[in-house]
Amino acid sequence: MREIAFDTVVKAVRDIIMHSGTDLPKDAYEALQKAYEQEKSPVSKEVLKQLLDNADIAKDEQRPLCQDTGLAVFFVKVGEEVKVTGGLLKDAINKGTELGYQDGYLRASTCEPFSRANLKDTVGYNLPAIIHFDLVAGDKIEIEYAAKGGGSENVSRARVFPPAAGKEGVIEYVKEVISDAGPNPCPPLTVGVGIGGTFEKAAISSKHALFREIGSVNEDAEMAELETTIKDELNKLGIGAMGMGGTQTVLAVHIEANPCHIASLPVSVNVQCHSSRHTHITL
Amino acid sequence: MSKTYYLTTPLSDEDVKQLRSGDIVYLSGVLYTARDAAHKRLVELIEKGEKLPFDLEGSVIYFVGPTPPKPGDPIGSAGPTTSYRMDSYSPTMLQHGSKAMIGKGKRNQEVKEACKKFGGVYFGATGGAGALLGKKIVSSKVVAYPELGPEAVRKIEVKDFPVTVINDTEGNDLYQMGRAQYEQ
Repeated sequence: MREIAFDTVVKAVRDIIMHSGTDLPKDAYEALQKAYEQEKSPVSKEVLKQLLDNADIAKDEQRPLCQDTGLAVFFVKVGEEVKVTGGLLKDAINKGTELGYQDGYLRASTCEPFSRANLKDTVGYNLPAIIHFDLVAGDKIEIEYAAKGGGSENVSRARVFPPAAGKEGVIEYVKEVISDAGPNPCPPLTVGVGIGGTFEKAAISSKHALFREIGSVNEDAEMAELETTIKDELNKLGIGAMGMGGTQTVLAVHIEANPCHIASLPVSVNVQCHSSRHTHITL
Repeated sequence: MSKTYYLTTPLSDEDVKQLRSGDIVYLSGVLYTARDAAHKRLVELIEKGEKLPFDLEGSVIYFVGPTPPKPGDPIGSAGPTTSYRMDSYSPTMLQHGSKAMIGKGKRNQEVKEACKKFGGVYFGATGGAGALLGKKIVSSKVVAYPELGPEAVRKIEVKDFPVTVINDTEGNDLYQMGRAQYEQ
């Protein structure tokens, strides 16, 4: 059984959080550059220019890209032949999250659902993190991380359709979600679509789809085609960067599909703003 | 055709009435920051007829919850938050003298009507450009509700802070106009 020290995990998590807060990943930056080149609306083009300038300033001066530095969301694959020594893996991820947000001068955005009391002095600075664990073969721990902002999360939706809805139903639903959202989720967007599974499996899949590299092609040919179809439909909505009107509303559509019950067709749409702060490490 | 203006706060009726949806405005002077939690308290004070922690007349309210400043900086990253959460409070703020709001995203019909009725505008700033916009802020001071943390009311001084007119005093809406132009 391979061993990894608690503090090794803490430091690794702290470091990726600090880095993600200020350095827009290459895939997201290049997608914005491409949108800037292709945008037909001068107003939206100006917004895209500001976003590229913003990414440059954030990186050069190590300032947070956005004041909404998000909730910390993790997908963690734990090999069955590795264990953390000196503490629990979950605690190490939470501790690394707290340190990363504090040391990076990132915002503490977790609060009680009704009193809205900030949790920074009670539970911990921007704690708890949202962590999805999976057990896999091997002796490694793979950590995928994203900072998930509130504006785009607020327009995300899930619904369980009858099977007859089919592909057309899915396309129409995603269009409805993005059309209703308009400027609010900070377009240009990445749209994660979870299809199939159960109600919660679809939602989690739609979240995980956002962690995929922007510009990568779905391994499943049918889903790859559906991604292109939906993206083209969404870009016809005319929403544009920050909703000012334009041709570049969506940078990418990512689908994760799962087998489902014979009675259901669950669909979840998780929306990601243009500031797609995601990364991964393997320990 | 969109025009560009350089305006200094507090804003007058004339400043605001000339603006049209789609115009670019560079704001200088004082802005007050407030999000939902602070708006709730401010509107409660107005309804009770009590004194506010700052003068609403001609004021510009910025919907923002900044990141903590790094040592030596006046403020951290400071881009706009989504504005609809302030929709139920904004008409009261406009009725009592506030002239403009800065945020991102759609406003409801009541806010658009209030802009027409009381002579106010809603500006959009670029969401997610927090590092760039934070640099336009030259000073920052908490003037009320420090216990709200990032949601406290701050008096901030800005220089050439870039915004776009979304809703003007005539009921126009840039989000609807812009989208109609590019919808296929």
